[in-house]
Amino acid sequence: MSENFFYHALKIDHKICYGCTLCMRNCPTEAIRVRNGKATIYGNKCVDCGECYKVCPCGAVYVAQDDFDNIYNFKYRVVLMPSVFLGQFPEDIRASQVYSVIKEIGFTHVIEVEASTMTHTKLTNQYIYEHQDKKPLISTFCPAVVRLIQVKFPSLVDNLIPIKAPVDFTSIYIRKKLIDEGIDPKDIGVFYITPCAAKIAATKSPVGEDKSTVDGVLNMDTMYNMVLKQIKQHKEYDKSVSANDASSDSILFALTNGEKRLTDCKKSFAIDEIHNVMDFLEKVENDEIDDLDFLELRACDESCAGGILTCGNRFLINDRMTQRARKLADRERNGETSRRKEIYSEEKFLIDNSSVAKIMPRSMMVLDEDISIAFEKLTKIKEIEAMLPQTDCNVCGAPSCHALAEDIACDEAKMSDCVFMQRNLEMRNSLNVEESVEIMKKIWGEEKIKDYVLKK
Amino acid sequence: MHNEFKVVEGDFANAGKASSDIKKTLKQLNIDNQKIKKIVVAVYEAEVNAIAHAYGGTIFVDLDQEKIAVVIKDVGPGIPDLDKAMTKGFSTASAKVREMGFGAGMGLPNIKNNVDVLEIKTEVGVGTEIKMVVNFLS
Repeated sequence: MSENFFYHALKIDHKICYGCTLCMRNCPTEAIRVRNGKATIYGNKCVDCGECYKVCPCGAVYVAQDDFDNIYNFKYRVVLMPSVFLGQFPEDIRASQVYSVIKEIGFTHVIEVEASTMTHTKLTNQYIYEHQDKKPLISTFCPAVVRLIQVKFPSLVDNLIPIKAPVDFTSIYIRKKLIDEGIDPKDIGVFYITPCAAKIAATKSPVGEDKSTVDGVLNMDTMYNMVLKQIKQHKEYDKSVSANDASSDSILFALTNGEKRLTDCKKSFAIDEIHNVMDFLEKVENDEIDDLDFLELRACDESCAGGILTCGNRFLINDRMTQRARKLADRERNGETSRRKEIYSEEKFLIDNSSVAKIMPRSMMVLDEDISIAFEKLTKIKEIEAMLPQTDCNVCGAPSCHALAEDIACDEAKMSDCVFMQRNLEMRNSLNVEESVEIMKKIWGEEKIKDYVLKK
Repeated sequence: MHNEFKVVEGDFANAGKASSDIKKTLKQLNIDNQKIKKIVVAVYEAEVNAIAHAYGGTIFVDLDQEKIAVVIKDVGPGIPDLDKAMTKGFSTASAKVREMGFGAGMGLPNIKNNVDVLEIKTEVGVGTEIKMVVNFLS
């Protein structure tokens, strides 16, 4: 198994996984293999996009989260709530009701993550304006996309906009606000409700940062269940709590087009879903698109509304968020609420704390740092590939014949792992049945082979 | 290491196959990103040129540890005035080709800017052979 470069929130429960290969076949970066009958993730290839989680038929892929009771390690417990969270609830549940219920279940403060997006947008536009030489500039909002670029499109790493995510800005802001009120920093715990695994990975081991801005991460589905249960059981809620952190523009930020529509660019694109993103980056890397200014790229279909930890249909979530933004925009126009929020008073402080350290390429494609060894391996891959059947049958435990050829050249698999090869070797008497059963056991696990034989 | 790709006349829809394959291979060899970009841009440009102007041809890719050499050999019609073709902004592309976003007259000059060696052999009525080399070490 390759060395782990990143923290990954996506894990596979080997007690549940039965090695069906569905995740392996759907992984966009070919980061999964079946070993001992179980799906196994290559840490340096995984970008935390969550495709495996979506396709797993038995719930073996899970997203590790912090224990909810960790919040009680702090006297002041802040929750950073993305607008997408509010989009989960049916229309008859008001945003202020959700805010209020979150306080009932244990938090002292609630703030919507998108509160800081106006500052984020301001900085993004400024960065684009000042870095025309690095065009096209690519948003770092989606952490799965940042990792995808690091491992698969390393030549585009310098095009990434090195600005913190809205969640970090909002976290820094609320912490400062509470400290300014005289609260001891040690007593403040900031928790983020995440719609996906990539955001967890990004907060646990932030790219270009050494320390996370939040103290813990809570999965959106878990929080949804807790909040909805409370709402169903107690219809009454504290009506004095208002949901007024973000403007109408801000609350759409995490949806597709959310960033693009706020940038001052002539030619920009908003692309969602990881395969679409990869196809487009391929073109960008080849310089096939002229005069490209800005790219908003999101790994999930319908962006964060399609995050793997969201509850419900992504189009309905999108619609509820859009309706909420429309109503809010009306109120802003009528002067019932201001677009300028309290957070603006700290804009300078946020801008001073906005940058991240250089984002480094971490190519997963390099066969070896030494070109002569890499060349040798590449030659070997081509030779092996030519011998393999090109059926991509997955019986070797790799997602494709090409991936098996790469694994063999890198000493992570054997030629005899291929069933076609096994038959050939058996025919030539250089492999006996016992030996091929042993090989199959290594890939598919002792139990599976035994069960299969017994069933027969 | 040797590899070949076919170029079909007028098939812009499939342009970029050779350059994408080359790109993947060079990434695996840990070649400097800027060098990869240069050869990819040059090959893509040459591929589009051949699709637009030639009656089809073949791309030959030869790779070793020091350099990549790409030869694009077509079967005609040949370039009548090579000096003119090397001028920035000069284009013989038809209106149809220009409509598709190609044919800005940047082809050959752009290739030249991106490679270490560019050799063009051309004969009207016979065909054109473009050889380009990018050295990894320099």
